[in-house]
Amino acid sequence: MKTLPDEVRDTPVIRDSWGELRRFTDARLALGRSGASLPTREVLAFDLAHAQARDAVHLPLDAAALIASLNADGWPVLQAHSRASERSAYLARPDWGRRLAAESAVLLAELADKFAREINVGIDIVIVIGDGLSSTAVQRHAASLLAELSPLLAAFALAPIVVATQARVALADEIGELFGARLTICIIGERPGLSAADSLGAYLTHAPKIGRNDGERNCISNIRPAGLPLRTAAIEIAELAHAILDKKLSGVALRFDPNDHSLTQSSAPAG
Amino acid sequence: MRLQHAIGARSYVFRDLRDLMAKASPARSGDSLAGLAASTDEERMAAKLVLADLPLMTFLDHALIPYEADEVTRLIVDTHDVQAFAPIRSLTVGGLRDWLLSDLASTETLAATARGITPEMAAAVSKLMRNQDLILAARKCEVVTHFRNTLGLRGHLAVRLQPNHPTDDPRGIAASLLDGLMYGAGDACIGINPVTDDPAKLAALWRLLDELIARFEIPTQSCVLAHVTRQIDAINAGVPLDLVFQSIGGTQATNRSFGIDLALLREARDAALSLKRGTLGSDLMYFETGQGSALSANANHGVDQQTCEARAYAVAREYQPLLVNTVVGFIGPEYLFDGRQIIRAGLEDHFCGKLLGLPMGVDVCYTNHAEADQNDMDTLLTLLGTAGVNYVMGVPGADDIMLSYQSTSFHDALYLRELLGLKRAPEFESWLQAMGLIDEAGRLGTTRANTVLPKLTSFAENAKL
Repeated sequence: MKTLPDEVRDTPVIRDSWGELRRFTDARLALGRSGASLPTREVLAFDLAHAQARDAVHLPLDAAALIASLNADGWPVLQAHSRASERSAYLARPDWGRRLAAESAVLLAELADKFAREINVGIDIVIVIGDGLSSTAVQRHAASLLAELSPLLAAFALAPIVVATQARVALADEIGELFGARLTICIIGERPGLSAADSLGAYLTHAPKIGRNDGERNCISNIRPAGLPLRTAAIEIAELAHAILDKKLSGVALRFDPNDHSLTQSSAPAG
Repeated sequence: MRLQHAIGARSYVFRDLRDLMAKASPARSGDSLAGLAASTDEERMAAKLVLADLPLMTFLDHALIPYEADEVTRLIVDTHDVQAFAPIRSLTVGGLRDWLLSDLASTETLAATARGITPEMAAAVSKLMRNQDLILAARKCEVVTHFRNTLGLRGHLAVRLQPNHPTDDPRGIAASLLDGLMYGAGDACIGINPVTDDPAKLAALWRLLDELIARFEIPTQSCVLAHVTRQIDAINAGVPLDLVFQSIGGTQATNRSFGIDLALLREARDAALSLKRGTLGSDLMYFETGQGSALSANANHGVDQQTCEARAYAVAREYQPLLVNTVVGFIGPEYLFDGRQIIRAGLEDHFCGKLLGLPMGVDVCYTNHAEADQNDMDTLLTLLGTAGVNYVMGVPGADDIMLSYQSTSFHDALYLRELLGLKRAPEFESWLQAMGLIDEAGRLGTTRANTVLPKLTSFAENAKL
């Protein structure tokens, strides 16, 4: 006759006694174990974080909602799309995400031309908002970041904001070139980590044109309420924009310390 | 050399050996991105059929990247061991696969022929091998290395304890270190990827690890994965450094993009050897590689990413490394799109490295924009365990909060030990037993009645830079 085991009344999870060390790090410490494996609760916590990161990558940007809120803040907005027709093409072909789709290029060129004739001055800055690798970040924080940024850029001639989908950072180079702008500010969703899926990055590029490389840009990253707060980020972006337009260069050649407002041009080669 | 094959009415012609190798590669996004991949599945099979009949000697007569243009090619050609090659010199690529899977290719035979096999031969044969072939042939290879312990013995699995922290906070790092040691991880090495490039802060990280290893008499070795020039400077400044780390690639131009060349690696190894810090041996180089790095640096010379990767192993084996691992899924979906491609690449890299005589580990990993998840990593980890991988990474909860990617956890290593009966490096296993952290069978104790936890906790709480 088979003997049934006793009823299990307590969880057999073996707990770790050093959980207090979590105060020093966000690493997943002291998770405990079920036999040699992760306890159920920890498996699910991890998978939830991964699910949120994947959603940030794969959910399409709701461009209409973003444009509506930008319009409500008084921004004129244009739309553009890269040569990557959908997300899996975007992920496999970064080169496609760096160039405008043919129809977008034609349309933006016309609008840029019209806009230039209307305002009759050279354009200083084009702000491009791209979905990048986290639509979540853009949906949540882009409009708020721009609201913070708006008064800080009041001295400059701005083109309409361009909301671009399936966009890589370098897509802003082509857009900036179409507008003949002196500077592009590309605000884009960063590759999500497990702990944060809603970080924005801001990339500033002087004299934008097709073919600029990453060494010619300055970047401010981890922009999110729990990371670099939006207001602080807006101030850093604006200071950087002033510095770039003042020095007429961007990237590794520009030494920029947000804590040190006396900007200096680097004499050393790019490291 | 005519490289062509007719299938039905259609004749497939391949331009040269590079074209043939690229088109014979199992499909992956990086080769498509580079414009090198076969355009149809049938073309890929035609390439494999041509490759199968190609004599191995062909690779000695036709360099994929010109000798004059590339110091990695020069290294491969100049160090090719004709005697070691003699037993297999008459084989074709297809014949090499048959030989590898036959009883003729024993552990001893494979060790003896390793220096006769060039990276291009290894890459070529891997393209004709199914996943099960890559596993079985790799499992025959045994590559044992020593510094303060013994790594790579058959039936053993080591773990690199990777306690990274996004601001290099010493207590944050030490907390993850403690977690890893309590889970029995850290025999391959304790290796920190630093955020900082500041020599003073890097020195503090080396001292932190040196103090930990010395105070608790842990039979393992430290590594701070800064640029190799920083490590040479640290050695010259008297910093206590065990292993020298560097990312390497399979072409001279890739290495230049990493800011290194072969001479610099030689200089770094000589500097570290002068410290004489190894107790059981002097294998002290640690290299990381990964498919796609050459294309990413615009330095692939029209060679497919898996062949470029195998060429990186020729660089590695020149320096008698303790550890080499491919960081297989780190580079992103434009090179390895999904779990299937990552799994295939991980098995290829492990096989090619082992065949060339390297102590191969694998960072079984992925990023959040790749079409992969924990289940894919479980599959690859399990396959690599059966293939006899020397080591894997150990990251708290598989979540590297500094590098923002998912690797393997301390739990994952325990899973593999439990499943396959794999042991830790013997010296490290004895230490864990002496500390009361594991029982005689190597399993974690259920009661943590050990004296080391309070001391390690105190170490973590008082860690300073």
